[in-house]
Amino acid sequence: MGKTIAEKIFAAHLRDTPTAENVILDIDVVMCHEITTPIAITDLEARGMDRVFDTSKIKAVIDHVTPSKDSKTAIQGKILRDWARRHKIHDFFDIGANGVCHALFPEKGFVRPGYTVIMGDSHTCTHGAFGAFAAGVGTTDLEVGILKGVCSFRTPETMKLTITGTLQDGVSAKDVILFIIKELTVNGATDKIMEFVGPVVESMSMEARMTLCNMAIEAGATCGICLPDRVTAKYLWPFIKDQYESIDRAVEDFVTWHSDPDATYTQELTIDVSTLVPQVTFGYKPDEVKSVAEMEGTPVDQVYIGSCTNGRIEDLRSAARILKGKKIAANVRGILSPATPKVYSQALEEGIIAIFMEAGFCVTNPTCGACLGMSNGVLAEGEICASTTNRNFNGRMGKGGIVHLMSPLTAAATAVKGHITDPRKLL
Amino acid sequence: MKEFGGKALFLDRNDINTDEIIPAKYLTENTKMALQPFILEDLKLGGFDPRRDIEGKGVIITRANFGCGSSREHAVWVFEVNDINVVIAESFARIFRQNMYNCGMLAIELPKQDIETLFTLGDTVEISVDLASAKLTAKGNKTVVFSFKMNEFDKKLVEAGGWLVYADKNY
Repeated sequence: MGKTIAEKIFAAHLRDTPTAENVILDIDVVMCHEITTPIAITDLEARGMDRVFDTSKIKAVIDHVTPSKDSKTAIQGKILRDWARRHKIHDFFDIGANGVCHALFPEKGFVRPGYTVIMGDSHTCTHGAFGAFAAGVGTTDLEVGILKGVCSFRTPETMKLTITGTLQDGVSAKDVILFIIKELTVNGATDKIMEFVGPVVESMSMEARMTLCNMAIEAGATCGICLPDRVTAKYLWPFIKDQYESIDRAVEDFVTWHSDPDATYTQELTIDVSTLVPQVTFGYKPDEVKSVAEMEGTPVDQVYIGSCTNGRIEDLRSAARILKGKKIAANVRGILSPATPKVYSQALEEGIIAIFMEAGFCVTNPTCGACLGMSNGVLAEGEICASTTNRNFNGRMGKGGIVHLMSPLTAAATAVKGHITDPRKLL
Repeated sequence: MKEFGGKALFLDRNDINTDEIIPAKYLTENTKMALQPFILEDLKLGGFDPRRDIEGKGVIITRANFGCGSSREHAVWVFEVNDINVVIAESFARIFRQNMYNCGMLAIELPKQDIETLFTLGDTVEISVDLASAKLTAKGNKTVVFSFKMNEFDKKLVEAGGWLVYADKNY
């Protein structure tokens, strides 16, 4: 019987099968940040188990609140920093080199097709864009990952989402995933892997695929996953050029991970995106999604462009298309947080930062801060934010604040008009 | 093994997320105990007052997809430090459910009709869980016994006292 890509990855990493329903997998990359890791570190210390299973397989970054905003966040950074130094973890990223984990680690070439990845962060599903199995976990799973290099999962069930048609100009991967979450609901994919296939996914860049996979968790999925191909190989080429004699050889190797034609899926859906229009959330759940047209005119106080969902160079380029030569509305505070130093310097080079600044945006350093209401753009009670992030939960960006999730194009158009606006009007 | 049960706190809503259970601004705390006062602070549920309603409760009874969103294990710890060690729901988000078992706590799934029944037992309901027989007893305006299904591996984690102890012994 054929296997899905996730089943192939599971089979290649199988350490143990404690029951018929559960597996223990060997983990290739254990990612750590300063919010969920310090308690794992202090617990390991308290147990006399301050060890790491393999320093080369652990990647760490200070990204959620950086630079630190108070004594508590300074201590969190210090615990992670001291631990990384103590264990000689080479791939540790601090001020000056740090960025949003799910944008930074792919950029460094840490995720490859067929890998298993865990992190104490629910948006770890982003890395499935590379044809890896990548799952968000809690601190105890992270702690065991650090110590033993293993993690437990239930045997995988996969949902196949075939995306067909042609995206209209002004409609992006963010609109596609918001629409899919609306269709599936917030627990429509719980305990499942969402495999994204079809011509639209094949023609997407790695950045767009990461946006797609990033929000798989918002439908409850364990992981989003794309089939690794030439696009993947080209993105990873600087990191794999010593391993393969050509991109063709890399692609040949990657294809072995692809799901077999006779693989079994628990559910199969085909979504034609040719008529898809820009999407936006309302309410407090990411499956509460409407077309931008239905929400048009809703006033906003703040526009935030950034995050592991939409803080990459393509996202900044698309927002800049709208912002070029325009000013944002007087009632709006615009905040741009390029997701990594590389995105930031690339945007500087391309003149994108200048476009944002001339439009009236504040440009912050790379950080997760505002997305989860921790720093760099927290909302006041009753304020409304148009945001390119991934969660509109009650209180998410600040107690009593309201968040509307949207694409960078829609966010830019909204900033210019001061209320939710269809970006196709300004293109 | 430790005892599981206590007085029930009813949270009558689907899709309660971990940001509602413990807002991100408290994730800067470096001890579990420091989270204690902030339990369910941002829960959007009419008439619910965490300071008034949580006192003396040991079990949460709720609806579908409990614990969705962020992977923060703080959502489990904030229950633990408030002496809540069982959550009974129609369904759970994967990471929250795993975090509960990883900490040696119970995330019990019951069919929708059983959850409905629990919600009809009145304001004061006492829950006791017997892991060996996979049965839970609810004493309210009447006494009802429910059977539940438990994943064998999750049961091993609870018996071992959590995933770290289990993993250290086995891998």
